[in-house]
Amino acid sequence: MEAGRSPNIEILSNADFLGLDGKAGDFTAKVRLRPRYIDADKCTACGLCTKYCPRHLVDEYNEGLALTRPIHIDYPQAVPATYFIDPDACMHLQHGTCKICVPVCRSKAIDFDQKAETRQINVGAVIMSPGFGRVPEEALTKYSYGDHPDVVTSLEFERLLNPSGPFMGEVRCISDKRHPKNIAFIQCVGSRDLGCNNGYCSSVCCMYAIKEAMVAKEHDPDCEITVYYMDMRTQGKDFDAARTRAEEQFGIKFVRAKVADVMPWERQLKLTYATMDGKHHFEGYDMVVLSVGLDSPADAKNLAKTGAFDLNHYDFCKTSTFAPLASSHDGVLVAGAFQGPKDIPESVTQSSAAAGLVSGLIKKQRGKGVVTKTYPDEQAVAEDDEVRIGVFVCHCGINIAGVVDVAKVANYAGEMEDVTYYAESLYSCSQDAQEVLKQRIKEHRLNRVVIAACSPRTHEPLFQETLKDAGLNRSLFEMVNIRDHCSWVHANEPAAATDKSMDLVRMGVAKARNIKPLPEQTVPVTTKALVLGGGIAGMTAALNMADQGFQTYIVEKNGQLGGQLLKQHYTLQGDKVADLVKDVTGKIKKNKLIEVFTDADLSAVNGFVGNFTSTITVGKKETSVDHGIIVVATGGKYHQPETVLGAKLPDSKAIVTQNELEKQLAGKGKTRAPKSAVMIQCAGSRGDDLAYCSKTCCNDAVKNALKIKEINSASQVVVLYREMRTYGYAEDAYREAREKGVIFIPYAKDQMPKIDKKGAKAEVSFHDPILLEDVTIAPDQVILSVGIVPEDTEDISKLLKIPINADRFFLEAHVKLRPVEMPVAGVYVCGLAHAPKPLDEIIVQAQAAAAKAAIPLVKGYVSVEPTVSNVDKDACIGCGLCESLCPYKAIQIHKIDKKRKAETIVASCKGCGICASHCPTFAISMGGFTDEQITAQIKAFGEMREE
Amino acid sequence: MSEEFNPKVLGFLCNWCCYAAADSAGVSRYQYPPNLRTIRVMCTGRLDPAFVLKGFAEGAAGIFTGG
Repeated sequence: MEAGRSPNIEILSNADFLGLDGKAGDFTAKVRLRPRYIDADKCTACGLCTKYCPRHLVDEYNEGLALTRPIHIDYPQAVPATYFIDPDACMHLQHGTCKICVPVCRSKAIDFDQKAETRQINVGAVIMSPGFGRVPEEALTKYSYGDHPDVVTSLEFERLLNPSGPFMGEVRCISDKRHPKNIAFIQCVGSRDLGCNNGYCSSVCCMYAIKEAMVAKEHDPDCEITVYYMDMRTQGKDFDAARTRAEEQFGIKFVRAKVADVMPWERQLKLTYATMDGKHHFEGYDMVVLSVGLDSPADAKNLAKTGAFDLNHYDFCKTSTFAPLASSHDGVLVAGAFQGPKDIPESVTQSSAAAGLVSGLIKKQRGKGVVTKTYPDEQAVAEDDEVRIGVFVCHCGINIAGVVDVAKVANYAGEMEDVTYYAESLYSCSQDAQEVLKQRIKEHRLNRVVIAACSPRTHEPLFQETLKDAGLNRSLFEMVNIRDHCSWVHANEPAAATDKSMDLVRMGVAKARNIKPLPEQTVPVTTKALVLGGGIAGMTAALNMADQGFQTYIVEKNGQLGGQLLKQHYTLQGDKVADLVKDVTGKIKKNKLIEVFTDADLSAVNGFVGNFTSTITVGKKETSVDHGIIVVATGGKYHQPETVLGAKLPDSKAIVTQNELEKQLAGKGKTRAPKSAVMIQCAGSRGDDLAYCSKTCCNDAVKNALKIKEINSASQVVVLYREMRTYGYAEDAYREAREKGVIFIPYAKDQMPKIDKKGAKAEVSFHDPILLEDVTIAPDQVILSVGIVPEDTEDISKLLKIPINADRFFLEAHVKLRPVEMPVAGVYVCGLAHAPKPLDEIIVQAQAAAAKAAIPLVKGYVSVEPTVSNVDKDACIGCGLCESLCPYKAIQIHKIDKKRKAETIVASCKGCGICASHCPTFAISMGGFTDEQITAQIKAFGEMREE
Repeated sequence: MSEEFNPKVLGFLCNWCCYAAADSAGVSRYQYPPNLRTIRVMCTGRLDPAFVLKGFAEGAAGIFTGG
């Protein structure tokens, strides 16, 4: 949506990548644009053509579960919001008949004369982000997929759950449209499966299965859901908490088992499965969902040939640990699932990082050819102009309309004073709805707009942009939240929810009547960056910003750069960590734009985005620096657990951590590998001492187990684990370890192994779920996989006013949409300070943080929200109460004509309004939240309706 | 039905915390009684005591501030 609106992004949809010539910085890409047979400039996405098109077509977008027509649009929010004719299905294009759409289209947008067009585009760099493909058919058919309609893939199930899906959001069996009483999810379909050559773990299926199961439960709380899994890989930030919620709050059952097959069984499906103890069971289900993995895109080989880059052995783009987004072709980068299966937050992070890398690559051309969006002149709205309010009530698919009587709310709004226009809309945030909004503003000369839909916190900017497009000041806008605050939370009380919506709309209209246009303001930016932390995250971010041409300060509390990396020796992929440290620290030393403060602390921060001033303390010396942004990369460290496996750890030299073992194995001694070792996963994690999963420990265990085997293949290694979370390509190493004789034995949280001291050795007792026996071994070494904790986040949190989560990691502004930004403008986060993650992910995240942080620096200014305080100089008596109360130092007393007057510093003002509520002479008004507006809302609250 | 206690409560919600929390209550589909009518402010510091008194004068059974 935002990409579709940007004047600097041209979207070539329906296009093929044909060739790439030249070199990094100066490529010529050849692209073929297939005809869509509809003029995108004329199409209004009204949908009339689809209604009239006589031929049915299987709807690919809805995973073949619904029907559409050859002329169609995939979904209402599609960008561009232009319809499309499928040339293989259109009767005119196939047989020269029909053409009924031509006279039907009122905007004369149908154009059968369109021909395929080839374009040569001069670009500096290429980012490959073709996404992922489908797993092979044979991975599905073994579970009766295709034989029985009620065996569906998770993608099909996702469509079933969707309000714009085949059954309008109702979960029904495909066979006879009944509501399923019970559903089974089968994990690892087409993943971790050498049978279809997909040896890797797809990383996302466990989480999406949990999500789909929870949503299905919301639809029908009586439906029983069981998830059959090998390992639940919920290794991401706060993912384990979601799994616990699914189990405890939603009553979803998780069964660790291998599913042997799924057979039709009268009206149901019979699912046969084997549990760990070797026993077979079967169960009847109304519906079976296959959690399909992410495969490489179908045309990966072709793309690689055209773009001249290498693929890995699974046909995904080949990259390395230290440069995770660089393909083998200089200037061609990769982002998203094509780099390896991953979820939305990571894909968004990668795309930001790739954009930042490209920005560095082509910085010489910066600013050339930039198109600045122009808006029509703002229509003057004067004090005594007639108030003309437009009210738009959104259905949000069925999200609102499924509960609230939208027509009733809209009609009610229509009867209110000053409301000149009112309407309903299916999705008011869709691109076509924005066009409609613009037209209505013009047609009906609206000078206030009220949208009753979702939250202003997410959607206000979008609608305000449309207001600007329509020549209206963006402050002449009010949003009423009848979704998050109404339909969603009063789902079982439609009458009361409708009632509440009407009241809220009345209050919104009352406020709108009193809204006045507010001026737009901008503040210049100091084009320098401050990076907190000199570990790999901080160094990567600093280098990236320096590459883009910005002076950067690094504050490192230790005596040297490198952070946790200095304690590591090799990666699972076999890279030498020392090489990376040497390379990066070397580059930093050479870079004239980077200034490093070691043994340093950040002791004070003042200012706001674009204009920070910080004090850096080294010993007794204090240095003050000005900078525009802050990247927080304060890192983490290995946890020293108090409790391991629910008990106090015995004191023995035979007990070491994975990191200590790594150091030992990286040495040179011939006997450095233990002859026998027991590794214990989740030692002090996942509810033991720490609540969460540290994401990296399973990989580290496999890495070290393989190293032991490499040094001495006769060594015995046993890994006791809860769930092996070797997600992504690490699954290969996990398999290799098993092939090499490393023994992996699971333990349950309620049956934890026990560690005892026995002479110089330590002894481990555990229950073997396959032998069904208790076993005790006394290995040479017991190795604990301890988790990762953040490095003093509390102090930085207070200093910068940025939030931390329950596990003390910094909490990003939005997990999916703003994964490296903090809620405080101008502050970004990356690395272990955000959450535990492996090296390659840290590097990408740091690149992403640098890319995002560079945006205000490149622009050179930041826009200030108009909702700031404004002092009426005539009414101000200069008492100074506001100055003493303002928590942001954003209002100050100045002498004007020898009289003391308050003045707002707009860039610092957060619009809290403390000044306004305390001003004894009512001299301060808050933009968008004036006394008149709030009083009008309160009054409207009191105007109860008589039913 | 008419005798059921059905108070109307007026709420002032801080944009950054309570309003956001109410949004996430929605996203998580928590169900709560439909008696509250809200006014969004950028901070509960914006609350002039007069607003609370006006709310009662307009017939609110209770005033809720979330900040």
